[in-house]
Amino acid sequence: MEKESSYLNKAEEFIQMFKKGEEFTKDILRENEKLRFRVAQLEETIERSGDEARTKLYDERIRLLELELNSLKDKFIKVEEENKDFALKYLDVEEENNNLANLYVASYQLHSTLDFSEVLRIVVEIVINLIGAEKFAVMLIDDKTNDLIAVAAEGIQSSDLLRIKIGEGIIGRVTKEGESYFAEDLSVMHEFKAFEPIVCIPLKIKEHVIGVISIYKLLTQKSGFNNVDYELFNLLAGHAATAIFSSRLYTQSERKLTTIQGFLDLLKDKPKR
Amino acid sequence: MPNILVVEDSPTMRQLISFAMKRIANSRVIEATDGVDALKKLSSEKIDLILCDINMPVMDGLKLVSLVRGNTIFKDIPIIMVTTEGAEEDRKRAIAIGANAYLPKPIQTQELIRLVNTFLGGSGT
Repeated sequence: MEKESSYLNKAEEFIQMFKKGEEFTKDILRENEKLRFRVAQLEETIERSGDEARTKLYDERIRLLELELNSLKDKFIKVEEENKDFALKYLDVEEENNNLANLYVASYQLHSTLDFSEVLRIVVEIVINLIGAEKFAVMLIDDKTNDLIAVAAEGIQSSDLLRIKIGEGIIGRVTKEGESYFAEDLSVMHEFKAFEPIVCIPLKIKEHVIGVISIYKLLTQKSGFNNVDYELFNLLAGHAATAIFSSRLYTQSERKLTTIQGFLDLLKDKPKR
Repeated sequence: MPNILVVEDSPTMRQLISFAMKRIANSRVIEATDGVDALKKLSSEKIDLILCDINMPVMDGLKLVSLVRGNTIFKDIPIIMVTTEGAEEDRKRAIAIGANAYLPKPIQTQELIRLVNTFLGGSGT
């Protein structure tokens, strides 16, 4: 009986020990679970802190790239403005170049001959083709009467062109004062009046006026004057005057030379007594 | 090398147009003083484009255009009229006869170069 009781005690002790062992194992497992959870938490924290550092790095890079982009945008705007500026300057240079070509051609043609009628024809050509005038007259001072008389005209009947006295009306005043006249209102050009040109340019050799170019009407497609027209007017005022004056002198001297030559020939041919 | 025939009785305009045409790469300008002279040049030179005035002695520009368009060899040559006649009916008449373009005087050189380049297929200078 005693033996039996001893076995029971031992079994009880064993069961108690086993239970304690079970408890202990459960505690370890719980602890293990907690530690696993903690490790997972720590791993997540570490990973998150890595992402944040990377995010910070990316943010910094984005900021720098944005700065660079803005700086490039500014540069692009500046270059575009410069480009526009160059394009405008190029157009100006181009226009200037064309204007100079016009002036060069006009000047070259005016001095290409010493024939008076040829010079007048060239003046007429320039006024028609380069200025775009439809009705105009070239008038010169007559040495004998000191009046202005037309020596060439376009779009006007010769009967419409009268003698004009120096100092009389717009044309006479331009001849007297040597200053160009430009009508403020170009609508007056639709009605021809011999004394009322829309433009009157004195033909001057230094300060000496030898005549005028009077423009009464422009071509249909020409609505007004631009810079090159005023340059052409200046050129005509000087160069046309010189060309007309020189050619007239040359033609006169040629005529005199022919007359003298005729006399000489007559004298040569005169029979000796 | 494009050959450009400039038909114009005014020496001033011929020189001015020739000046402008020098700015078209490799172009060569051949000058004629009227329609008859232009026909002679057309038969002796290979012409790629004609710049033609209307009011000319001997044979005017419109007559020249109609003759060129009626000729099997020359009919496809582009013709640009350069003239003082600026009215719309003049332009319509020239285009109806066969001109490809119409440029009233006084000419704007840039505009002339642009037109010529259009017909020669170039990009300009």
